[in-house]
Amino acid sequence: MTRRYSALSLFKEGLAGQTGWQPAWRSPEPKPSYDAIVIGGGGHGLATAYYLAKNHNIARVAVLEKGWIGGGNTGRNTTVVRSNYYYPESVELYGLAHRLYEGLAKDLNYNVMLSQRGMVNLCHSTAEMEIGARTVNAMQINGIDAELFSPDDVRRVAPIYNFSADARFPVFGGIWQGRAGTARHDAVAWGYARAASRLGVDIIQNCEITDFIIEGGRCRGVQTSRGAIRADRIGMAVAGHSSVLAAKAGFRLPINSYALQACVSEPVKPILDTVVLSPGCGVYVSQSDKGEIVIGGGLDRIPSYAQRGNLPTLETVIAGLLEMFPIFGQLKLMRQWAGIVDVVPDSSPIIGESPLPGLFLNCGWGTGGFKAIPAGGTLLAQLLATGKHNDISRPFDLDRFATGRLIDEAAGSGIAH
Amino acid sequence: MQLFPCPFCGPRDETEFHYGGDAGNIRPDGADVPIDRWADYLYLRTNPKGTAREIWVHMTCGEFFVMERDTVSHKVLSSAALGGEHAA
Repeated sequence: MTRRYSALSLFKEGLAGQTGWQPAWRSPEPKPSYDAIVIGGGGHGLATAYYLAKNHNIARVAVLEKGWIGGGNTGRNTTVVRSNYYYPESVELYGLAHRLYEGLAKDLNYNVMLSQRGMVNLCHSTAEMEIGARTVNAMQINGIDAELFSPDDVRRVAPIYNFSADARFPVFGGIWQGRAGTARHDAVAWGYARAASRLGVDIIQNCEITDFIIEGGRCRGVQTSRGAIRADRIGMAVAGHSSVLAAKAGFRLPINSYALQACVSEPVKPILDTVVLSPGCGVYVSQSDKGEIVIGGGLDRIPSYAQRGNLPTLETVIAGLLEMFPIFGQLKLMRQWAGIVDVVPDSSPIIGESPLPGLFLNCGWGTGGFKAIPAGGTLLAQLLATGKHNDISRPFDLDRFATGRLIDEAAGSGIAH
Repeated sequence: MQLFPCPFCGPRDETEFHYGGDAGNIRPDGADVPIDRWADYLYLRTNPKGTAREIWVHMTCGEFFVMERDTVSHKVLSSAALGGEHAA
């Protein structure tokens, strides 16, 4: 029986006719009680369970997923991993995630296909270059790698960009983060699931939360489509549906749900080996390992729980793409989809205990949850294990909306929502 | 392209409209409003999955109005000029 993935085990299985592989994770029946429950089997939920077992020795943990693991936003994002934020609090948070990503394949014994191909945020005017220099300075002071690119530097990493004299958005330079890149999104979910399952975590799919069990003012468990399951510590990482679960628990969140669209083209030969974001065009682009051009843009403008996008936003995104890369005019789109994201007024996540004691939140990541999975998991696991914040998660507590200590990354790093 | 009904102009393209928050979210009044009530008014949202009552503005005519909408099917259920709780 092959348990560890390696070149050697692959070779041995090849000789043995591929008969020794095991399912990557167990699918047990839910037990009546656990030490901790994590609601949501996306990247953040699975990572939380893994770090509970690994960092805190709490392995009597259930991950409850209403559909299949990694089937929500974890499987719907554009796979970009980066940490080019402005405020020190954000840099600590996303920097932690970025560092963990760099060691993740080894840690999980699962190839998450992290490709640190670099990312450039373009600047289209002298004013944007000044803001770009400010961002680069802030990142460097906060200990994150960043470089201010000249037009020639941009031409070197993205020669197919529209450098023509009459371009609507000419290139004045850009913000470069060399450690940024992409990772295989499904592999992140599957890798965490497999590693957590091997440490004893029960991953329970097709298990929808219908209500919370509240006794003596505390959350003591959940009612599910597969029966009651009790635990004294419950975490939720259910981006897009955070408000729906919050309503069941009796409180409201500073969140609006919006659809975020993305699309991919048919696969083509290698043509773009970095991630390019144009704030002017409102589009960012990379090429997947399979050769598809992966295209993302801004939010749909209408609050929504429908996992599909509206046409006007798609039209804007494609128009922006063709302004950036006229060469893509012949491409055929292969798939288009949308995920429902938690949009928070200050474009920063919410990590901390909810107004219902015993229920802890990991939500509000907006359009950028994928890159933060290892940090979201680490920090929610610490909250569930100890009941106390890590210094990194403290600023992101729900209480910032009453105290006014917002971490406004829409203003800080120009997140487009 | 979806058409939204402006109570003043009739059906228009969705791109002419802008979302303005939950209907019925009334600004607290007075000098001794507690901090939690302010946070509630400023930041907390109902964000329902299903039927939602929302404030929208038709940017072309500049009028604000209340639209009832299903946030899953995107079907518009009703649209009416501001009145009642939002009357000035």
